[in-house]
Amino acid sequence: MLELRNITKRFGNVLANDQVNIRVAPGSIHALVGENGAGKSTAMRVAYGFYQADSGEILIDGAARRIATPHDAIACGVGMVHQHFMLVGPMTVAENIVLGAEPGSALALDLSKASADIRRLSREFSLAVDPGALVEALSVGQQQRVELLKALYRQARLLILDEPTAVLTPQEVEEFFVILRGMRQQGKTVIIITHKLSEVLAISDEVTVMRDGRIVGRLQTRETEAAELARLMVGRDVLLRVDKPAARPGEPKLTVRNLSVRTSAGPAGVNDVSFEVRAGEIVGIAGVEGNGQTELIEALAGLVEPSRISGDVRFEGQDITRTGARVRRELGIAHIPEDRHRRGLLLDFDLAENSMLGVHYRPPVVAANGIMLDQAAIRRRALAIIAAFDVRPPDPDLPARVLSGGNQQKLVIGREFALRPRLLLVSQPTRGVDIGAIEFIHRQIVALRDAGCAVLLVSAELEEVVSLSDRVMVIHKGRLVGDVDPKVATVGEIGLLMTRGH
Amino acid sequence: MKLLRELVFPLIAVLAAFLVGGILVLIVGDDPVQTYALLLGSALSWPDGIGYSLFYATPLIFTGLAVLVAFRCGLLNIGAEGQLYVAAFATAWVGITLASLPAWILLPLCFLAAVLSGAVWGAIPGLLKARFGSHEVINTIMLNFVAIALVSYFTQYHYKMPGDPIMQTTMIGGGARIPRLGRFIPGFPERIPLNLAFLFALAACLLVYLFLWRTRWGYEIRATGSNPTAAEYGGISIRRQIVVAMAVSGALAGMVGINEVLGYRYRYYDGFSANYGFTGIAVALLGRNHPVGVLLAAGLFGMMIRGGIFVDAFTNNVTKDLVDVLQGIVILFVAAEALFRGRFAKAGWPTRTKV
Amino acid sequence: MTELLTLSLVMSTLRLATPLVLAALGGLFSERAGVINIALEGIMLAGAFAAAAITYATGNPWIGLLSGMSAGVLIAAIHAVACIRYRADQVVSGTAINILMFGVPGFLSGALFLSSGSTPQLAKEQLIPNAPMVMAALIVPLAWYVLYRTPFGLRLRSVGENPAAADAAGISVASIRYAGVLLSGVLAGAGGAYLSIGQSSLFTRNMTSGRGFIALAALIFGKWRPVQTMLACLLFGFTEALSIQMQGVVKLPSGEDIPVQFIQIVPYVLTIVVLAGFIGQSRPPRALGMPYEKG
Repeated sequence: MLELRNITKRFGNVLANDQVNIRVAPGSIHALVGENGAGKSTAMRVAYGFYQADSGEILIDGAARRIATPHDAIACGVGMVHQHFMLVGPMTVAENIVLGAEPGSALALDLSKASADIRRLSREFSLAVDPGALVEALSVGQQQRVELLKALYRQARLLILDEPTAVLTPQEVEEFFVILRGMRQQGKTVIIITHKLSEVLAISDEVTVMRDGRIVGRLQTRETEAAELARLMVGRDVLLRVDKPAARPGEPKLTVRNLSVRTSAGPAGVNDVSFEVRAGEIVGIAGVEGNGQTELIEALAGLVEPSRISGDVRFEGQDITRTGARVRRELGIAHIPEDRHRRGLLLDFDLAENSMLGVHYRPPVVAANGIMLDQAAIRRRALAIIAAFDVRPPDPDLPARVLSGGNQQKLVIGREFALRPRLLLVSQPTRGVDIGAIEFIHRQIVALRDAGCAVLLVSAELEEVVSLSDRVMVIHKGRLVGDVDPKVATVGEIGLLMTRGH
Repeated sequence: MKLLRELVFPLIAVLAAFLVGGILVLIVGDDPVQTYALLLGSALSWPDGIGYSLFYATPLIFTGLAVLVAFRCGLLNIGAEGQLYVAAFATAWVGITLASLPAWILLPLCFLAAVLSGAVWGAIPGLLKARFGSHEVINTIMLNFVAIALVSYFTQYHYKMPGDPIMQTTMIGGGARIPRLGRFIPGFPERIPLNLAFLFALAACLLVYLFLWRTRWGYEIRATGSNPTAAEYGGISIRRQIVVAMAVSGALAGMVGINEVLGYRYRYYDGFSANYGFTGIAVALLGRNHPVGVLLAAGLFGMMIRGGIFVDAFTNNVTKDLVDVLQGIVILFVAAEALFRGRFAKAGWPTRTKV
Repeated sequence: MTELLTLSLVMSTLRLATPLVLAALGGLFSERAGVINIALEGIMLAGAFAAAAITYATGNPWIGLLSGMSAGVLIAAIHAVACIRYRADQVVSGTAINILMFGVPGFLSGALFLSSGSTPQLAKEQLIPNAPMVMAALIVPLAWYVLYRTPFGLRLRSVGENPAAADAAGISVASIRYAGVLLSGVLAGAGGAYLSIGQSSLFTRNMTSGRGFIALAALIFGKWRPVQTMLACLLFGFTEALSIQMQGVVKLPSGEDIPVQFIQIVPYVLTIVVLAGFIGQSRPPRALGMPYEKG
C-alpha cells in the first residue's frame, strides 16, 4: 500500500531520517516503534506531506507519487491522525470533518448532506458521535473518533495514527483497538506510531523499529516479543532496574490532607487526595497521563491559583496550602517541572541567567545592596551547576535553546538540586532525554534521597516509577486509588489499578 | 563581532527604506541623490542641523525606551502617544498651578508630575491585562484617543488663556523652565531649543540598561517577557511584572513632557506630538530593543525630521511627508526581518539551530 | 432631548456608520483568518486619497471608488506579505502601514496637486453619497452568508482558530489568509473612499482621524461577528451623530456646551469595558496574531 524508499530528512544539523525504508502491506495494521526522537513521526509526516524529504521517494500502490502537501496525500488516499488533534474547537463535528472537502458548491455549503454522510460512516465503522456537537465540548476519546471520521470521510485507504493511545484510558484503548480491527476488516490499512510495546504486540500484524533516524528492524509481530523489540529500540539490553539501597524513611516532610484542585476549565483535576512523603523516601505516582498528576504537582509547587485549591498541605508541619512558588522554594521545596520548555527554562536566556531562576532575588545572586545582580556570583553558581551535572557544552554564555534535551534537563535538575531541597517534586524527569542521561538523572535522584530529602515522583513511564520509587501510589481520575510496595506488586497489578481505579 | 551582527539588519533595513524612498522621489520628479544630500546636509550642519536633529531625537529616545521596556516584558505599548500627552499636560498643570514656587521645589515637582502621570496612564492597560487578561495593544490604542480627548478638553475649557484662538494653556512658572544647552556650550546659540532634557534622555538610556540587565527587577521583567510560565515557576508574579513594566514604560514616555513643556514651549500646546509615541515603536524596533540601539535609531529619525523640513522647502515636489514614508518603510522592513534573513541564510549566514 | 431624535439624526447616524461598517467588516475577514489588522486606518486613508485623486482626474466617481478599493487592496497586500510570507509581527506591520499612509497621501498630493496634503475640491455631481451606504447595508448579510454558509467561510474560520488543523485538512493556510487580508483591503478601501467622495468632496490630510481604529473597536465590540459588528458601528455612528447635533443645542446646567470630547471617547471607553469582560466576553479568534509555521 505505502512504501517509503530511502527517505532522508534533515533539520538543520539534525539528521531526523537517514535512508528510511518502510513497506506497509495493504489491509494490515503496521506498527512503527521507537523511542522519543527516533524519527517515527518525521517519517510519517513526510508521508503525509507535512514535510518534504531531502531525498528518497514515496510509493503508493506501487507507483511513485509526489506528496508535497497534505492535500496531495489526501488525494492519494492517505489520512493522518496526529498526536495532538488537529481539530477546531469552536466548530461543530460536521464542520470539522468536512473542512477542506466540503460537500455542496463553492457558493453554498451543504451541511445536511455532510451530517447524513457522517452518520452513515459512523454506523459503518462503529464510531458514534453527534455531527452537530461542538468539538470543544467532546471528550478526548470522542475527539479521536472525529479525527478518524475526518480521514474516512476523505476516503482514506491508509490511516496513519501518531501515538493514538497516549491520551486514552485503558478501557478506551481496548475500544479503540476493536475499532482498528474493524477497519482492517473493511479493507483499510493502518499505521500506528507508538512506543508502547504491549500495544504493538496486541494490535499489529507487522512492526518496523526505528532508532536514531534509521530503520533497525522489520518483524512479523507473531514472531517477536517485547524484549526483542526493546533491544532493537534502545540498541542494547535495557537495564530497567535502578540499583539503590533500601530506603530509610525518616519523619514526614510533606503531609497532604483532602486536597482537591479544580482545573481552569472547571472539573476537578485532583479529588480529595491525602498522603504523606517522608524524608529519605521516593514516593512515585503512577497513572495514565491526564489523570490529575499535573494539577497535583503544580498545586504542591504553588503554581495553581489558591481559589482553585481546597484541603490542607503542610511541609514540615507548616501550612503551605495557599503560599506561592517563591515561599515554597525558600522553605526548601524544589520542583523539576514536567515540561522544561514551558516551565523550566528561559530558552533565549543564557545558561547563567537560567541557573539563577528562582533565587534571582536574594543573595548571593543579588549583591549586598539588595538591588543589583552580582555578575561574578551568578557566573560562579552557573559554572558549579554545569560542572556538577555535566551540562554540555559547558559554556554559561550560551542560550539554553541550543542545548540538547538531555543537557537542558540536567541544567534544570542541577539548578533545583543546588537549592539543597528537603522536598523534591519531580515530574517526568527523563522525558525526551537520551539513555546515558537517564541513568545519570536516576542516580542523582537516589543520591538526594539518601541525603535525607523527601522525593515525590511523577512519570508517565510506569517502569521508571516502579524501579525508582520506594512506595508507589496510583492516581486515577484525580483520586489516589492504591498505595503499593513496588518490590511486591507487579507492573500488571499496578497497571490494573491505573486503568480501572480499583 | 556580536555588535556588528546586531547592526547589520537595521542598517540593511534603513538602506532598503532609503532606496524605496528614492524611487518614490524619482516618481514625483525630483532627484533622489540631491534630495538625500539636502536631507543629510541640513541635518548635520553645525550648529543648527545637529542641534535641531538632537532636539527632535530627544522625545524619540524617551518613547523608544518606553516601547523597549514594555517589549522586554512581552508587551507592545502602542500607548506611548497617549501617555506622553497626559504627562505633558500634567507637567504643565503643575507648572501653572504652583507657578509661584521657587525653582528648587517647582522643578522637581514638575518632573514628578511628568513621570508619575505617564506611569499611571501606562499602568492602566497593564492593570487591565493583569486583572482581566484584556489585550494591551487594543487598550493602549483606545486609551490614546481617550487621553488626547481628555487633555484637549482640559486645555479648551479650563487652562486656556481667555480669547486665545490657539489650543494651548497659559505659561508655566519661570522656575519650572529648564535651560537650553546653548547656555553652556560656546558657539551653540540659545535659540536652538535643544535643552537639558536631552541629557536626561542620555541618562535614561543608561538607567534603562542598568535596570533591565543589572537589577533583579529587570531580570524579573525580562524573564516574564521571555517565558511567562517559566517566570511564574521561578516565583515571579507575572501580573505584577506586567503592571510594573507598563508603568515604567509610561513613565519613560511621560518624560517627553519634560522636553516639550519644561524645555521648549513652557506651556502645554494641544496636539504637539508628531506621532512621537508611534515613531517610538520604530525606534525601539530599529534599535533592536536595546538602549544603545534606541539612541542610534532616535538620532537617525531626529535627523530625518530635521532634514525633512528642508527637503519640503527646497525641492520642487518632495514634501516633509517623505519622513513618515521612510519611517513606515523602515518599520516594515525591520518587522519583516525574515525577508533579509532568508536571503542571508541562503548565502551561508549563520542561523540558530539546535546542536 | 426628544426633538433630537429626528430623521436627520437617523440619517446622520447611517452616514457616519457607513465607513465604519465597511472597514469593520473588512477587518472581520482579516481577523477571522487570524491576521490582526490595525492597518485599517492606513488602508482607509489609501482608499480615501486614491478615490478623491482618481475621481478628480477622470471625473467619474465610480472609477474613483474602484481606485479607492484597489488602493486598499494594494496596501492590504503589503500587510499580508509582511505578516504571512515574512511572519512579521502583525501589530508592528499594521503600525508601520499607518505611519506610511500618514505620509504617502501628503507626499503624492504635494507632487500631483502642489498642495500640502489635500486633493482639489470635487464638483457635487462627482460625488456618490448613497452608493457606499447601500454597499454597507448589503455587505453585512453577505459577509454573514460567506462566513457561515460557504466552504470559503468555513476555511477562513478554521484558519483563524487552528491553522495547523486547517493545514492537516489539506487547506493552504497562507492562501486563505491572503484572501482574508485582501478582502479587508477592498472593504476598508471602500470605506475610505466614502469619506472623500461620499461624505465630503475632497481628501484632506489624515481625514480618517481615527475611524480605522473605531472600526477595529466595533469589530471587538461586535465579538468578531458580522451582525453584532454592524450594530456596534451603528452605536458608534450614533454617538458621533449625537455629538454633532448636540453642539450648541443642548447645554449643561452651567450654561456651557457639553464638551464634544466626552462624546468622542464613548466608543473607546466602551471597547475597554467590553474587553475587560464587563459586557459579556469577547473572545478573539484563537490564532489571531500568530504567524503560522509548520511543525
